[in-house]
Amino acid sequence: MAVALLLAILLITAGCIYLFAAHPWWLPAGVSAHAAAMDHQFLTALWLLGGLFVAAQLLLAFFLIRSRSKNAPYLGGNWPAEVTWTLAIAILFFWFNVKGERLWSAIHPHQHSPDALQIEVTGVQFQWYFRYPGGDGKFGRTDAQRFAKPDEGNPLGIDPADEAGNDDIVSTSLVLPVDREVELILRAQDVIHSVFIPAMRFKQDAVPGMEVHAHLQATQPGNFEIACSQLCGLGHYRMRAVVTVMSEEGFRAWLQSRHP
Amino acid sequence: MGTTKPTAQGLLRRYVFTTDHKVVGLQYFFLSLAAVLVGTFLSLLMRIHLVWPQAAIPFLGQIKPENYLAYLTIHGTLMVFFVLSTVPQNGFGTYLLPLQLGASEMALPRLSMAGFWITLLSFFVLIAAFFAPGGASLAGWTQYPPLSAVPSAGPGQGTGTDLWLVSIGLFCVASVLSSINFITTTLKMRTRGMTLMRMPLTCWTWFVAAILILLAFSILLAAVIMLLLDRNAGTNFFVPANLLISGHAVDHQGGSPLLWQHLFWFFGHPEVYIAILPGMGVTSHLLSVFSRKPVFGYKAMVGAILAIGFLGFMVWGHHMFVSGMNPYAGFAFSSLTTAIAVPSAIKVFNWLGTLWGGRFRFTTPMLFSIGFVSLFITGGLTGPILAQPALDAYLHDTYFVVAHFHLIMAMAGLFAVFAATYFWFPKMFGRMMNSTLGSAHFWVTFFGAYAIFMPMHLLGIAGHPRRYSELTGVQYVAAMAPLQQFITAAAIITICGQLLFLINFFWSMFKGAAAGANPWECTTLEWTLPSPPPREGFGNQSPLVYQGAYEYSVPGASKDFLMQDSTATPQ
Repeated sequence: MAVALLLAILLITAGCIYLFAAHPWWLPAGVSAHAAAMDHQFLTALWLLGGLFVAAQLLLAFFLIRSRSKNAPYLGGNWPAEVTWTLAIAILFFWFNVKGERLWSAIHPHQHSPDALQIEVTGVQFQWYFRYPGGDGKFGRTDAQRFAKPDEGNPLGIDPADEAGNDDIVSTSLVLPVDREVELILRAQDVIHSVFIPAMRFKQDAVPGMEVHAHLQATQPGNFEIACSQLCGLGHYRMRAVVTVMSEEGFRAWLQSRHP
Repeated sequence: MGTTKPTAQGLLRRYVFTTDHKVVGLQYFFLSLAAVLVGTFLSLLMRIHLVWPQAAIPFLGQIKPENYLAYLTIHGTLMVFFVLSTVPQNGFGTYLLPLQLGASEMALPRLSMAGFWITLLSFFVLIAAFFAPGGASLAGWTQYPPLSAVPSAGPGQGTGTDLWLVSIGLFCVASVLSSINFITTTLKMRTRGMTLMRMPLTCWTWFVAAILILLAFSILLAAVIMLLLDRNAGTNFFVPANLLISGHAVDHQGGSPLLWQHLFWFFGHPEVYIAILPGMGVTSHLLSVFSRKPVFGYKAMVGAILAIGFLGFMVWGHHMFVSGMNPYAGFAFSSLTTAIAVPSAIKVFNWLGTLWGGRFRFTTPMLFSIGFVSLFITGGLTGPILAQPALDAYLHDTYFVVAHFHLIMAMAGLFAVFAATYFWFPKMFGRMMNSTLGSAHFWVTFFGAYAIFMPMHLLGIAGHPRRYSELTGVQYVAAMAPLQQFITAAAIITICGQLLFLINFFWSMFKGAAAGANPWECTTLEWTLPSPPPREGFGNQSPLVYQGAYEYSVPGASKDFLMQDSTATPQ
């Protein structure tokens, strides 16, 4: 039985290594400013924790076949070994944690670029809307309960009386200029949704009653998918949108074409 | 003890409305067995629907997205509450805690009985949600408002959600009652000589888990009542102003959806340890028994149990890194979460230390305990990844998280439950379970657990969000269908393999080989009693304890174990 267990654990460990080494499914190519740093940290984590995984499984497997003496040792512990192990693992995890904290502070920096492009993202069961402030740089006031009429082209309920709203552009796809910092202002009209753009390593919940500010910088032109990642009801699985990243000129042209 | 024929009322008192902790423990056990059967069946339906969305299920027809989400909610609720929070603690704990402490009863026997009957009522209320108009709630076991607060947010968000909340409220009451009983019993009912540091580690984990239950379930009870009030009494705890849901203007204002998440996870994270701590205790216990060695580092184990329990209350925010909570809070929650990996690692080290050089007896409970260690390592090591806000910001709410908590909480937790069942079955029913069927069950389940949940990590890394009822809505998700098919195949095989357990369990109950008082040659006090133990337990002959709980292979002893009530002092 010991040999069977040894072989089983070895087989499982090898299978896990193979799965992560061959990785038929994996992170999509990263196309945002912080993607490379995040991927690096993720790979560091996989090597560190993968190493601990293999070491622990191998110890488990080999301890099971290693039993030569007639009597088991009467061994209630070993303080030097226990303290050494505990300190070693604590230092290792502390180092890993500090690395992670530095990355988090890089993604959520204290100071953001003041000329970041502002885009409002609103989640509604089961649709995303993206609002650009238009030429005046200001978003019009919204009141979903009074003015929201999706059939009449005003899904967000922009107050017709507010002049700042007259030139607002509302799109069902997120169009971003490449290499420019954008500030996403996340809102939700009904329940909690979550903007997940895997290629940009970006995820942030959109919470009703709150405005959540998040920053993002796309680094490659192209089309990428947004998936909702917070259970929001029946249509959660199809609450999809597309991010289109364009050159700065292309983006300006797009804004012009959408101008009301 | 009279010789008169038992009356119907007497039988009811003895086996149904009873204060006998052994019967109450078994009642909890069979309630969990029912819950795990329903919960597993729901997961089977979900796995089938994911890969064959058009399939017609006998009696149920085609599964629609609202059915899928209702199954998901009830699956999670059954497994977390009625299985993992019920059988390790209230099932085995109620049965064994007094026996292992040398007590003849729980401290508060009527609370044991009340706890069970309220839990049973809670179970029926939960299942009734399937038959409510609109069906069961589709908001998941986490029930985030406003989705859970407003009936117009979807089918199942009406009566189904009210029933969910009432059920969980009842469950909280029952759990708190039971936890008070556990704490009091541990502190007050230990027999003479049973010092705290002579207690089996199982008792330590039941004791600490009971403290966690007392604190955590009280908070959940408050949260559930607040949400019920929001839904039915017009209060405004969780629902902000100016919502427009499915064209309905919602009349609330001033509430905060994040408040629910803080309250829920303040319960929800300790809950993870409530589910797994007794499993850790069982594993420590059984590895020692079947290695014929003392537990390696008993004091460090006790310290790690206490540290896990304490830190468990300070990490809830790691469920909320992308919730809209201030990013600065992420720093603290991340560090505290990483810190909890240290006592967890101590436990793994000491399990390996217990195994080192052991004279193994590879019984079925030993196999499941070894499986527990392997799965605990595998599931635990993805924890430090998810503890990092920057990495969690990508992996949150993907299948990576599903893989993580199913391995460490569900699979490791269930392996400990299986180990405990095979181990204490002889004590409970006086018969042995079949070991050939037992090891076949182990092999199917061990490989099955890895085959189902390892590939889910890849789904998550590739960005597959969880709680998707169909794979067709998002293109990159649709591309992962082959891996989902593999997982479904593995799940079907593994679930079928559980029949081996059921057959073995019920067959052995009536036909198993008779077990003596101490078939595994253990040291702890429950094995000093006949199998099954008499109604009165130790009666008025309280045992006297002279030894620690893990005196195996003591040099100079006549046998390779010293019972806790043995007066021997080998040199």
